[in-house]
Amino acid sequence: MSKTVKVPTMAEYMAQGKKPEVLFWVGCAGSFDDRAKKITKAFVKLLHNANVDFAVLGTEESCTGDPAKRAGNEFLFQMQAVTNIEVMNAYEIKKVVTACPHCFNTLKNEYPALGGDYEVMHHTQFLKSLLEEGRLKVEGGKFKGKRITFHDPCYLGRANNVYQAPRDLLQKLEVELIEMKRSKRNGLCCGAGGAQMFKEPEPGNKDVNIERTEDALETKPDIIAAGCPFCNTMITDGVKNKEKEDTIEVLDIAELIANAQDI
Amino acid sequence: MQYIPNILFTIILAVGIGYFIKNIRKIIRNIRLGKEVDRTDNKKERFNNMARIALGQSKMVRRPISGILHIIVYLGFIIINIEVLEIIIDGIFGTHRIFSFLGEFYNFLIGAFEILAFLVFIGVILFWIRRNVIKLKRFWNPEMKGWPKNDGNLILYFEMVLMTLFLVMNAADLQLQGLGADHYIKAGAYPISQYIAPLFSGMTEATLIMIERGAWWMHIIGILVFLNYLYFSKHLHILLAFPNTYYGDLKPKGQIDNLEAVTKEVMLMMDPNADPFAAPAEDTEEEIPEKFGASDVMDLNWVQLLNSYTCTECGRCTSECPANQTGKKLSPRKIMMDTRDRLQEVGDNIDKNGSFVDDGKQLLTDYITPEELWACTSCNACVETCPVSISPLSIILDMRRYLVMEQSAAPSDLNNMMSNIENNGAPWPFNQMDRLNWNNE
Repeated sequence: MSKTVKVPTMAEYMAQGKKPEVLFWVGCAGSFDDRAKKITKAFVKLLHNANVDFAVLGTEESCTGDPAKRAGNEFLFQMQAVTNIEVMNAYEIKKVVTACPHCFNTLKNEYPALGGDYEVMHHTQFLKSLLEEGRLKVEGGKFKGKRITFHDPCYLGRANNVYQAPRDLLQKLEVELIEMKRSKRNGLCCGAGGAQMFKEPEPGNKDVNIERTEDALETKPDIIAAGCPFCNTMITDGVKNKEKEDTIEVLDIAELIANAQDI
Repeated sequence: MQYIPNILFTIILAVGIGYFIKNIRKIIRNIRLGKEVDRTDNKKERFNNMARIALGQSKMVRRPISGILHIIVYLGFIIINIEVLEIIIDGIFGTHRIFSFLGEFYNFLIGAFEILAFLVFIGVILFWIRRNVIKLKRFWNPEMKGWPKNDGNLILYFEMVLMTLFLVMNAADLQLQGLGADHYIKAGAYPISQYIAPLFSGMTEATLIMIERGAWWMHIIGILVFLNYLYFSKHLHILLAFPNTYYGDLKPKGQIDNLEAVTKEVMLMMDPNADPFAAPAEDTEEEIPEKFGASDVMDLNWVQLLNSYTCTECGRCTSECPANQTGKKLSPRKIMMDTRDRLQEVGDNIDKNGSFVDDGKQLLTDYITPEELWACTSCNACVETCPVSISPLSIILDMRRYLVMEQSAAPSDLNNMMSNIENNGAPWPFNQMDRLNWNNE
């Protein structure tokens, strides 16, 4: 990474007696998965560029419990949730932003009943608000005129009815946004949700990510845009399976915005 | 002697409605076997949902062809029922076309009923063609073999016959009006049956009366039979769609309830002041620990059970399910059908024995296999597409909870994922202390 951006932790802020504007919840994929780490870095660059006063939990962050809950392990989920809530409440967190729709859904919808009440935003919603406040400039740059299709993450779209924010950002990039035959509320899953990411699929005649990648390829895109680290992995695998990885990139919205202006 | 038809009619009507009410009470009892869940909140929003989704059919038209055909049949069904009211009054009091005093308006009504009846007939024929000639894939999934397939067709035949009888009755009536027969006052407009009436020309008055009365009796008896058929059929949705959309989940689709029984345990574990060796308080009764998740219908909540009776097996959920589309065994529609069939079995068991006697069966494994449950991606496509607010996903997740928390029967990959979360706070085996390393790479 050419330009290293300082990422402060909540503990450091606390030591200085400061509170950040927003907590960036990195998530497990964003912290550990090599592909997703690039999304994390791109998003951090954007936050920095827009002068957002943010911090991360760092080593105090732990899995939200989403995959455990969807796998049926409510006990493990609640242990994770209560522990995370204790940490966040100790730091008096008010606002959280995350680049993972699964973390987003869990923090936003399932933490309040356990005592964790925060304003939670997906990074596309947050970036859009920065744009509206004039803090972030999103311009065409190198993606201007490119054919881009957006894959709706289930946990952002159907689960929480957020369809517009990522599309509005793409429009700002002056790309040619082409919808797949199944999009928005009819969007097809990438195959990773409900803890499927962590197991082999049940016997069938096709993998879900291949089916979805075929939807995307039908639009003859230059780039497939995603808003979820797991969708990103699944569709990247699908593109490789179709041997199209040399001509089609799979990029997160944050990466598209950051790369467009070479931030 | 002249009152015999009136008495006979009243008896048939009472038996028909009485038997129906008896079965509806069984359904209500069966639904109440489910666990409590509070859906008394947000009455206004619930009412709006019912008005929009059930009454207004808003989600049906997302698929325009079946949606519009369905609206025709639905409107026909509701509006033609005004005519049934007249038939019932005529039947009980021995009158003929009691509402004919409405004059022009009556003509308009009868004319409208005829046109609707004709459109319903056409709609039903098209539905039949979609099922049996075009063979739309969603009507031919494995769970649609046998009774569900016959049930679907039987309902269509019922409607064809009822509409035909209605039009034949009117045609014979019109012919009798033309002959100036006793009782058959000139009333009504017959935009459709006027084309059937010529078939009856040249018939004697007695034959015509026999045809008219025959069609009248078969029509009303047919309606009562159809009413009672509902209980044995998937067709209950014509009634249950209304409560089902009213009691539907209002939370964001991504939100799954936090099991309260688990919260109690977790809070106790996290409480530094809790005494791990504390004996239960003297005066509290020994509580039976609550079962986590669902292995049978009684472990589900009553809304989930209401969902199962409401499902009319249209299969939109299954056709949108990513697992089903890629050849996995999971079919959200089958989840609903299995839940209903098992609930019905439990209900029959109660009818026979007075209270439920263990039959050695349960919803899990005897009806729904773990393989189906583990194929779900929890993407909510089934929930989003259901035209009557059913959630197959909530049942799938409750059954996964049972598999994992009561039986420790998760696939081994998932066990690895969960022990990773337990040990190092991430689904992969990375150290929590390395969480910020991405910043230095």
